[in-house]
Amino acid sequence: MASASSSLLTKMPTPSNTTISFSASLSPALPLFHSQSHLRRHRRTGNALRVQSKIREIFMPALSSTMTEGKIVSWIKSEGDLLSKGESVVVVESDKADMDVETFYDGILAAIVVPEGESAPVGAPIGLLAETEDEIAEAKAKAASAGSSAPAPAAAAPDVSPSPPAASAPPPPRPADGPRKTVATPFAKKLAKQHKVDISKVAGTGPFGRVTPGDIEAAAGIVSTKPNVAAPAVAAQSAPIAAAATPKAASAPSTPALPGSTVVPFTTMQAAVSKNMLESLSVPSFRVGYPIMTDALDALYEKVKPKGVTMTALLAKAAAMALAQHPVVNASCKDGKSFTYNGNINIAVAVAINGGLITPVLQDADKLDLYLLSQKWKELVEKARAKQLQPNEYNSGTFTLSNLGMFGVDRFDAILPPGQGAIMAVGASKPTVVADKDGFFSVKNKMLVNVTADHRIVYGADLAAFLQTFSKIIENPESLTM
Amino acid sequence: MQASLSLSVSNPAAIPRSDHGFESSLPFPSKPVNLRFCGLRKEALGFSSTSSSSLSASRSNRNVAGSKKVWASLGGDNGSSSSAAKSFDYDLIIIGAGVGGHGAALHAVEKGLKTAIVEGDVVGGTCVNRGCVPSKALLAVSGRMRELQNEHHLKALGLQVSAAGYDRQGVADHANNLATKIRSNLTNSMKALGVDILTGFGAVLGPQKVKVGKDTVVTAKDIIIATGSVPFVPKGIEVDGKTVITSDHALKLESVPDWIAIVGSGYIGLEFSDVYTALGSEVTFVEALDQLMPGFDPEIGKLAQRVLINPRKIDYHTGVFATKITPAKDGKPVTIELIDAKTKEPKETLEVDAALIATGRAPFTNGLGLENINVATQRGFIPVDERMRVIDSNGDRVPHLFCIGDANGKMMLAHAASAQGISVVEQLTGRDHVLNHLSIPAACFTHPEISMVGLTEPQAREKAELEGFEVAVAKTSFKANTKALAENEGEGLAKLIYRPDNGEILGVHIFGLHAADLIHEASNAIALGTRIQDLKLAVHAHPTLSEVLDELFKSAKVNAHVGSPVAEPVAV
Repeated sequence: MASASSSLLTKMPTPSNTTISFSASLSPALPLFHSQSHLRRHRRTGNALRVQSKIREIFMPALSSTMTEGKIVSWIKSEGDLLSKGESVVVVESDKADMDVETFYDGILAAIVVPEGESAPVGAPIGLLAETEDEIAEAKAKAASAGSSAPAPAAAAPDVSPSPPAASAPPPPRPADGPRKTVATPFAKKLAKQHKVDISKVAGTGPFGRVTPGDIEAAAGIVSTKPNVAAPAVAAQSAPIAAAATPKAASAPSTPALPGSTVVPFTTMQAAVSKNMLESLSVPSFRVGYPIMTDALDALYEKVKPKGVTMTALLAKAAAMALAQHPVVNASCKDGKSFTYNGNINIAVAVAINGGLITPVLQDADKLDLYLLSQKWKELVEKARAKQLQPNEYNSGTFTLSNLGMFGVDRFDAILPPGQGAIMAVGASKPTVVADKDGFFSVKNKMLVNVTADHRIVYGADLAAFLQTFSKIIENPESLTM
Repeated sequence: MQASLSLSVSNPAAIPRSDHGFESSLPFPSKPVNLRFCGLRKEALGFSSTSSSSLSASRSNRNVAGSKKVWASLGGDNGSSSSAAKSFDYDLIIIGAGVGGHGAALHAVEKGLKTAIVEGDVVGGTCVNRGCVPSKALLAVSGRMRELQNEHHLKALGLQVSAAGYDRQGVADHANNLATKIRSNLTNSMKALGVDILTGFGAVLGPQKVKVGKDTVVTAKDIIIATGSVPFVPKGIEVDGKTVITSDHALKLESVPDWIAIVGSGYIGLEFSDVYTALGSEVTFVEALDQLMPGFDPEIGKLAQRVLINPRKIDYHTGVFATKITPAKDGKPVTIELIDAKTKEPKETLEVDAALIATGRAPFTNGLGLENINVATQRGFIPVDERMRVIDSNGDRVPHLFCIGDANGKMMLAHAASAQGISVVEQLTGRDHVLNHLSIPAACFTHPEISMVGLTEPQAREKAELEGFEVAVAKTSFKANTKALAENEGEGLAKLIYRPDNGEILGVHIFGLHAADLIHEASNAIALGTRIQDLKLAVHAHPTLSEVLDELFKSAKVNAHVGSPVAEPVAV
């Protein structure tokens, strides 16, 4: 802590200099030095707020003069805990130090609005305090509706029904010596609290029938994660995937495995894919589809194929050229607050390899010519098969291309990989009857492309304009060979 | 060149009387008192002769260690009364060759006393064989395991490590080898300096007379008792050395139980919880007081609990006594019966795989023959005055008898014992010296470490109330320190308790990376009486962890403007 705050602390009149107390009712004013009577006055004047007056918000305190936001280090109390005036409730990390925050009121911690590890600006509500148990539900509803970035962890907590000790042999019954209390190890107790598991309902499988951490995890339906598994070697950064190929992320928790089924743990690559897929859920994405006639492209492909040019290279080159005109589609949103415009156009191309999925990257795809690009692609695929890709050869993509056309898939949509602004899903090109603007029918090869983008930075019109440019390049592909 | 220099230094050392007369005439110690806090540091002296002081020590010792005849003639030449050499076997006998006795012996030799040390067990005592030393080996392992297991931490540094594991026997061997090595270093250093090591159980027969073993009697002008302590086991607790153990057994690391209860959450318990949780055990603390880590500054304790207890696989019961602990047998686990510390009502019974009794240490003073000199122990401790002089049951001081270290209970730390021993030798060689216990640092080697010196905040405020001065507190966080952030170890706090009126340091408490090494700037300042306003001007290398203390001193607001004058610049 720097001098500013330490001097503040030493001059605090509270008996304990080690903590900062506060908690305010709905008054948004600086909470730190509120007296209770002050607060009451506020409440009395605000009649409109009366209904909610017994639910108090706990605000992020200003712990130093320079603090603008604080991070919740840990909640000392859990939801449902009784609080008495002066007790420490939460530990907040400011730009300088960690401090305990106390409550000014008796009550029940009804809802945690900002969970551990997350930050909130000074003055933002981080938790709700109810006076009586009846108000807990109301407070929770309030927490859930408290828009912003506030997830309602209460609602998210799985409704845990401890699985009966089904197949596994129950611990040998001990000679009856009255009703035995449950013995649980320290970590098991911690986990039970964290996952809201009632220990007394869990059958212990440990020595002397004690409840082990594993028992709690089983009851909570969590697959035990061994700490310190070898860190993912490949595909750690960006492993996007076509939705069609996505394995169902998490199978329904705590459903017992069907007889005859086998459980195969993820490989590191699969674990990385799984992790990235889950991460993608935090990005607000949307999709725009576009039909493109490919007769001209197909003709070109026939011409350049003998020179070793692949369809992948053609599509990558076309996408790169379109991206050059629409830099926002090549941008990414890393922190939720800003655009990151990428200086290079690096097209990642999803390929299925050895039961996994990897995205070799064609760097500077807009600058290389078709032949170089094709050659580069060949090298990358060989390296990928041999598991010799360097990290920058699979995680430096700024835009991803996923093509399932070769399987006859006519359209699909892709999941946006973390750290990128957009991904393009390319379907098969098929002869289709089309009518032109004069009403003449003809049969043309049509392919559907579908782009998924991060709507925080790429808006509908941006994507539509990009697709229009892309379709023009495909439909007039001469520029690709230049 | 060095040799001749050392000779000239060693000669005055052999004439203690004339030397000290000059020194004690000074108004206050002008020379920093040469205190060696941990005798362990000295083991190097026996082998290296790089520093002139070590040379002087070994030179003067050779005089002592030489035949009695030579010694006597030397004494005569110097005109010293040297009655010790004539009528006693030794100038000084130390009972107990732990760190306290070792520190005293080395300093005595340096001051020219003919010295013997009596050891009934093994050289090195608790610290080297069953305490500080082997536990540091285990903690070194636990610190690395912790780092390798902390995926988040490694990832933040960009490291990838596959699963970390350990071999229990390998870890145990490391601790044992370290103790053996330090023990032999200690023994060799004393032998090299000419300290006689008398093997056998020592007892005081009468004034200036010590019995060693069954029937050897030796006399000495002065006697220092430094018999140390043993783990304290409250009654009702049955120690079997396998499932109910003390730190003596735990350091051998014969097993790593899945679940171990640690009775007592002081230094010892805390360090073992760090070791056991890093090696995969779950831990339950049983603490008689209302909060964990009694004795630490409350604020530091709170932070330490948040970092060292809450996120780890540890739970705890506070405000309870363990009245009965039964080792595991007949297929039953270890059972621990708890009662409420205040109401004495039974609370609950724990069933665990093992229990470590870390309820403190009891002085080892039985069979010392204290009745021969009319000394009554108090709860086993030997009563002493502020100069470590033993007090008999009539409240009079026993001439020529001193007691240092855990046996007197003033401050049960290895380096405190050593400092007390050195202080006694200073007095014996004519220079009055009173050890300032408030300048002795203490450290707990958890990850991260905790260290402290002087008063805690509540103690300081109580003292301020009584004596009518103002107390202020300054704090700095490791989060603001570049080196700590580079190590990705920003968790930590340094706290300074001081007098704003004159800049006196009352206490410093540190929790954070390498806290045990950082405390010495503060403890030295207290020992030398340096004021904060002067410390503010001291320069610290950047970027180092020491800047945490630099910032701490700079953030203190001292009203006194003038400190002691800064030393005159010296042309070089």
